[in-house]
Amino acid sequence: MNEKLIKLLRQDSRTDPRELASMLGVPESEVTDRIAKLERDGVIRGYTVLIDEERLDRNAVTAQIELKVTPQAENGYDGIAERLCGFPEIAGVQLMSGNCDLLVTMRGSSFRDIAFFVSENLATIDGVMSTRTKIILRRYKEEGVVFGDDDDTDERGKL
Amino acid sequence: MNYDSLLSDKIKSLKPSGIRKFFDIAATMDDVISLSVGEPDFKTPWRVRRSAITSLEKGRTSYTSNSGTLALREAIATYTAKQIGVTYSPVDEILVTVGGSEAIDLAIRALVNLGDEVLIPEPCFVCYSPITEMAGGVPVPLVTREENGFKLTAENLKSKITDKTKALVLPFPNNPTGAVMTESDLLAIAEVLKGTNIAVISDEIYSELTYGGDKHVSIASLPNMRERVVVINGFSKAFAMTGWRLGYALAPKPILSQMLKLHQFAIMCAPTTSQLAAVTALTDCADDVARMVDEYDMRRRLCVQLLADMGLPCFTPGGAFYVFPNITKTGLTSEEFCVRLINEKKVAVVPGSAFGASGEGYVRISYAYSLKHIGEAMKRIAEFVNQ
Repeated sequence: MNEKLIKLLRQDSRTDPRELASMLGVPESEVTDRIAKLERDGVIRGYTVLIDEERLDRNAVTAQIELKVTPQAENGYDGIAERLCGFPEIAGVQLMSGNCDLLVTMRGSSFRDIAFFVSENLATIDGVMSTRTKIILRRYKEEGVVFGDDDDTDERGKL
Repeated sequence: MNYDSLLSDKIKSLKPSGIRKFFDIAATMDDVISLSVGEPDFKTPWRVRRSAITSLEKGRTSYTSNSGTLALREAIATYTAKQIGVTYSPVDEILVTVGGSEAIDLAIRALVNLGDEVLIPEPCFVCYSPITEMAGGVPVPLVTREENGFKLTAENLKSKITDKTKALVLPFPNNPTGAVMTESDLLAIAEVLKGTNIAVISDEIYSELTYGGDKHVSIASLPNMRERVVVINGFSKAFAMTGWRLGYALAPKPILSQMLKLHQFAIMCAPTTSQLAAVTALTDCADDVARMVDEYDMRRRLCVQLLADMGLPCFTPGGAFYVFPNITKTGLTSEEFCVRLINEKKVAVVPGSAFGASGEGYVRISYAYSLKHIGEAMKRIAEFVNQ
């Protein structure tokens, strides 16, 4: 049940609980109780909005910055990760497998903004050995939603 | 040319499909959102598409045997035994056709003599009557009613049987009503048929799409019924394979062998690529079907609730992917409702009257669309109903 509920909320977290209840075939109170419990348990961490950044501001830049880091003896990667989380400019911080250690996502109003932020604030952190900045050029799909110009790809009745 | 005297009287007297008419109107207008289409919005499962690609790469593009590849007939036999509990011989009791539609045509033409009556529960899909007429038969509607859950009752059936009755069509799960016949409903029908020489054409194309408690039951699985039943099924609805044009008929050899002759002369064989890929659908796609059924079920429940919220009473469908609300309280006929809805709110649905006279007072709304699409269309329908 939670799995189906979460799938529907991922599609549209604003769906009326009454409609969720009818789709899931349970009383509305069960839906609101489950959501409340998921929030209490920290499974649902918040409700946000999916923005097509390109349409919002053509010059805005989103970057993913790969950091190679020397883990610290006392707290591994956590100390540096927590420090990164403290920057309001940074939207996401994740510990990765593979070539990089920490992946930082951030938005800025220009390439310069991002480049300066990285060189001044990230590269200078003790334990950060290298940074590699990658710019997102175009989003095709995010959170299951396709970002095309033409979202009417239904050919039924038209072929 | 004098086309009027050139063309057959029978073909001229046939009315074109009333479903198509609304598609065509919708196609000429911009920004119309449609809830009219009778086919899945899902793509064919990737595994099936990949099988087709592989078969084309290997150059497997010749005709198959008239009744279809043996591998597919064997897969159909296994699948059918599992789904409805009836066994058919892949050798001479299974025929692969161009969609369920061809199988319906073959069955009716193989059975009907001039003047024979074919009993057709209504509202129902549009093809049974015209095919019966072309075969020289007489379609006899059996009106099903909302208060009976749009099911066929034994009394209704009994009252229409005459010495000319040749066959009964059983189109359940039903398009457009979504009605499902339970085992006990079918036992009552079987009781009426027992001892008669009436055939049953059981169109089970929506058999996999049932929701809630009542799973599909085939009348062929009931005691002493198999001998008189032609089961019709196909890949379009369950596996989202409408464009592949693939269906099948299951029947005792004396009936099937006659249907096969017609198929040999008119069709030769169903599309080879489709047949090769369809084996994968039957053997390897149960998860895909379950996922689609789950999704339809959510949409079904949402549609019923949204219709109730806007004050349109709606029978809760147990199968297929349509809801069939009663619109009589709007004071409009089905056709007026649909024409005004498309002109004023740009939403296309199909008038119930397209599915027989007894569909008047209803409209068919398809929920083979995304939740987002359904939500927007239903909002507009609510605005229309409330004004």
